[in-house]
Amino acid sequence: MATDTIAPGPEAPAPLSPARAKIEQKTLRTDRWWLSPLLTLLVLVAFIFYATFRAFEDAYYYADGLISPFYSPCLSTKCVPDSSLGGFTPFGDWAKVSPALLILIFPLGFRMTCYYYRKAYYRAFWQSPPACAVAEPHGKYTGETRFPLILNNAHRYFFYVGLIFNVILTWDGILAFRNAQGEWGHMSLGTLVLLANATLLWLYSLSCHSCRHAIGGRLKHFSKHPLRYKSWTLVSKLNHKHMLFAWISLFGVALADAYVALVSHGTFSNPTFF
Amino acid sequence: MGYKGKFKVWRGDASGGDLNDFEVEVNEGEVVLDVIHRLQATQAPDMACRWNCKAGKCGSCSAEINGKPRLMCMTRMSTFEEGETVTVTPLRTFPVIKDLVTDVGFNYTKAREVKSFTPPADLKPGEYRMQQIDVERSQEFRKCIECYLCQNTCHAVRDHEENKENFAGPRYLMRVAELDMHPLDTADRKKAAQEEHGLGYCNITKCCTEVCPEHIRITDNALIPLKERVVDKKYDPLVWLGSKIRRRSSTDA
Repeated sequence: MATDTIAPGPEAPAPLSPARAKIEQKTLRTDRWWLSPLLTLLVLVAFIFYATFRAFEDAYYYADGLISPFYSPCLSTKCVPDSSLGGFTPFGDWAKVSPALLILIFPLGFRMTCYYYRKAYYRAFWQSPPACAVAEPHGKYTGETRFPLILNNAHRYFFYVGLIFNVILTWDGILAFRNAQGEWGHMSLGTLVLLANATLLWLYSLSCHSCRHAIGGRLKHFSKHPLRYKSWTLVSKLNHKHMLFAWISLFGVALADAYVALVSHGTFSNPTFF
Repeated sequence: MGYKGKFKVWRGDASGGDLNDFEVEVNEGEVVLDVIHRLQATQAPDMACRWNCKAGKCGSCSAEINGKPRLMCMTRMSTFEEGETVTVTPLRTFPVIKDLVTDVGFNYTKAREVKSFTPPADLKPGEYRMQQIDVERSQEFRKCIECYLCQNTCHAVRDHEENKENFAGPRYLMRVAELDMHPLDTADRKKAAQEEHGLGYCNITKCCTEVCPEHIRITDNALIPLKERVVDKKYDPLVWLGSKIRRRSSTDA
């Protein structure tokens, strides 16, 4: 059987039934099954490196009324002037770390517990399994039955907090209709970037499986709840594209942050439309 | 136009076996099952293979073709290059009986472990009334032809024989979800899904969905909704509190 070819060790596979067909190869797949997990791995690792660097950098996150999504809401007095959310700084000056580190646990938790990303990292990072009908290298498998992976069941709480973040990031996009003097009625490329980022995050959140459940999936009698049924139908349509929204919203966040960083750094001047 | 196709077919039984090479005629419009039948007719009359409808509806001819779990009757030869060697092996997860035939009794055992439909005790036959929108979700799951490709592919049992006892597999967790979504079912399926049928072993890597010949969205429409329902019951203090305050369980909704 497949896993017979794996060298014995501390994690040596438990013996498979001797009655199974004895096939030596780990897989007989002839297609490029390794490509998808490899690409997933590379993109996620690149994002992790970029996000970690930017979160610890503690600079270049606010310029021309634009704030990076990695630093919003900015909740400590350490934040650069005007970047905090209406002057709301509950962390005061005792939080010496980068303001991004105070908040990123929530969007990170939302994505880490997301049903799509779970598939992505179980396959790409943990190889459990690397692809369908390809033997995994682990000797034991308990899935999400115990700590720490059982914590993935907290996804809905990260979803609820994520909605608050979406509102704040949408507000950041609306605030970007002001010019550098704080006057309303102006618009720049940065406004579009922040609004596009917020839109993608809304699509990602609203297509979430926990959202689908909360909005109506938990019901047994749709006919008793016509509005919730209609909402569930709409969310289900979005849910079909959850993987797509998961990826493009990830790129959206990174690109929005990079845009603000470039403007803040002076590398790129934010073009104003009116 | 026909051509001579190259095949490797696993032959043997529980005591051992290996891949045997064959060259077989392949004609336009044929599927892998046609070629296996031609092999039986011309070169290997004692080759065992299970089949029935040849229309992708009976779920009998499940096998692994070039390593992918598929129905032999629904795998067109035109999807392979003429010079390509096509490898056909039995399902890996179940005990082999002979050649391409496996003992799928594991699935019958798991089917029996799911508590049957439990309508309210005071509801008499003929009094079942429900609307289409109340049952259409679970009708998708009724498309299942019980080919067991999902059960065979799920790595929780494919790579871990020891989990067979505690894990029902995607097909029967989908059955639990179907019953839990049924407007007239009163059994506590959520607790059973987690504690008896091993829903926690599912790490939603979607291989069951990938191999389903009926294109049932097993993971998105059955397993994840069932996981969310289990969270309602076992891991969400707010839902628990709400059910206490309103004095009704989530199954009433």
